[in-house]
Formats: sequence, C-alpha cells, structure tokens
Amino acid sequence: MSFFDYFKSKKKNTANVAKERLQIIVAHERGMRDQPDYLPQLQQELIAVIRKYVQIDDDMVQVELDRNDDCSVLELNVTLPEHQQ
Amino acid sequence: MAKIIVVTSGKGGVGKTTTSASISTGLARRGFKTVVIDFDVGLRNLDLIMNCERRVVYDFVNVIQGEASLNQALIKDKRVETLYILPASQTREKEALTQEGVEKVLNELAETFDYIVCDSPAGIEHGAQMALYYADEAIVVTNPEVSSVRDSDRILGILQSKSRRSEMGLDPVKEHLLLTRYNPDRVDRGEMLSVGDVEEILAIPLLGVIPESQIVLNASNQGLPVILEDDSDAGQAYEDAVGRLLGEEREHRFLTAAKKGFFSRMFKG
Repeated sequence: MSFFDYFKSKKKNTANVAKERLQIIVAHERGMRDQPDYLPQLQQELIAVIRKYVQIDDDMVQVELDRNDDCSVLELNVTLPEHQQ
Repeated sequence: MAKIIVVTSGKGGVGKTTTSASISTGLARRGFKTVVIDFDVGLRNLDLIMNCERRVVYDFVNVIQGEASLNQALIKDKRVETLYILPASQTREKEALTQEGVEKVLNELAETFDYIVCDSPAGIEHGAQMALYYADEAIVVTNPEVSSVRDSDRILGILQSKSRRSEMGLDPVKEHLLLTRYNPDRVDRGEMLSVGDVEEILAIPLLGVIPESQIVLNASNQGLPVILEDDSDAGQAYEDAVGRLLGEEREHRFLTAAKKGFFSRMFKG
C-alpha cells in the first residue's frame, strides 16, 4: 500500500469470496459422495423410459437418495416440458 | 506395533514430499525407528529431497516383485541414525503396486519399525489409493487456496470410504490438517484464506501451519529436510507438528504477520 492508496477505499476481500465458493461446492460434493454407485445409471434408465412417452432433456430428471437412520427415501423429480398435448 | 501415516493431498505441488521428509526426519530424530516410502511410481522425488538419489539401487517395486529384499532396497539416512528411505521405482507402471504386494512389504516393515510414513503421489488414482489404503493416520497437506482445499476434501472422502479401516469397519483413519505455504501478511490483507477458514471448511483437527518461506526451496535445493533447519520458522513449524503428532500440546506459531513500523506501512506495505 503506497501513501495515496492508504486513503482510498479498501480493496475487495477475495479471501471471503474464496471461502463462500468453497463452502458451497464442498457441501454439494459431500452430498454427492454419499450417494450409491448405481444412481447415475438409474437416472439414465429412467430418462430412457420417460422419453418413450415425453420428450425431455437429461437435466430434467433428478434422482436423489436421502438416508435417515431407519429408512431411505428415493426422490425422483421429473420436470415436464411446458406445452404438452 | 508400527503406526502407518500417509501424507496425502489430492492436489500436486502443495508440499507432500517436503512434509514426508520433514515429518519422518522429525520422528526419527526423537529416536523412533522410522521408514519413509515413496509411492510415486514413475515420478520418484523423495530421494532428491532426502539427498540419497545416488544411492538408489533397488526400489519398492523390486521388493514387491521379489527381485530384491527389503534390506537391499532400504537406504539408511546419513544424518539421522534411525531413519530409512524406501524409494519408488522410476521405470515401472503405477499398477506394479498391488494391494497384496504393498501389504506384504508394510507387514515386514512393521516388524522392526515404529513409524511408516507413506508419501502419496498426487491425484486420486491407483497410486494415491495404495498409499492411503493401510494408513492408521493421515496428514492432509493443504495450501490456503481454493483448488487445494477442494481436493483435500475429496481425499478425505476417499480416506473415509476406500481405506482398509473404513472397509473393515475399524476405527476411522485419524485425520490431520497441515496447512502449508501460509502467508499471514496476505491473510491480513484479505487475499488469502485464513487458518480458521480452512479449518471450518474441512472440519478436521489442525496439526500445524507451515509459513511460506524461502528456506523450503533452499533446503530442497540441497536435499535437506527443512525440519533440520532448526533456526528457521518453517523448520520449527514442522518440529511443532511432529510434537503434536505425538500427542504434545504445542501452541501454534507463525500465524500472524510481523508488525510493521509506521513508515514502512505508509510508503511500502
């Protein structure tokens, strides 16, 4: 910091930006880590079945497994295109 | 009973080999019979950092494949009495490290050594998984930088799911965070993640913080484990880390920037 910089407004705190970005991505990746290996294939096969009837994109089907102590919930979320006959 | 410690990180270039050299030297210097193994098959470098590159005759893979005995392959350190180095092979494929082969060598070492330090290659592939598989404790070397922290978290996930301890349902691998290349000045200026930030994200106990220091490069240039530079901040920080690894209470040092006078703050910074 030179003499004149001393009076200027503070520089952006990039460490805070790094911390926030890391907290988000690490939480996301930890969630993925606990998923069983078969989920991606299950998701692909579900997409294939739904495509027989409705035209959807790959990212319109979301499969997640929530595991609690005594039961697991398989959550299937399908977003259908807006204008369907 | 020998204790197996893996030095790992996911990301390359964060200081795994530097740390392996210093931690193993520090343990041996306290009288523990210690061996440090280079798991980086094809990219051997521990021998250079330990200054024994011209004494390598046989290597880890030779021992696994029965081409040499352990005693033929182990290199005795010239500075510290109870320290031995097992170099990696420079010519073989990484797949030469088989799980059974690694287990056989570790079991044989465990008969006579107190500590076995495994210097992991970068990445999360076969070599890195072999280095961590049999570990009792893991030192996760991390730089205060986004890609290194993310990769460290990834390697923690592998320690928790693909190590022998996790697969066999034993007590989990004991995890330690070692933050390296730390620059308190930049942390103060808001340019670098702080120790607290990294601890909060990774949520594992802090083993030590090694300040960024020119001494580290000077030491590696000469093949000297930096912990032997007793007068340097980085050397002392490694010595503290070894103490904590052995269960001693040591206050963390070198976490704050050196105080600057009024004039240097005004005109240089």
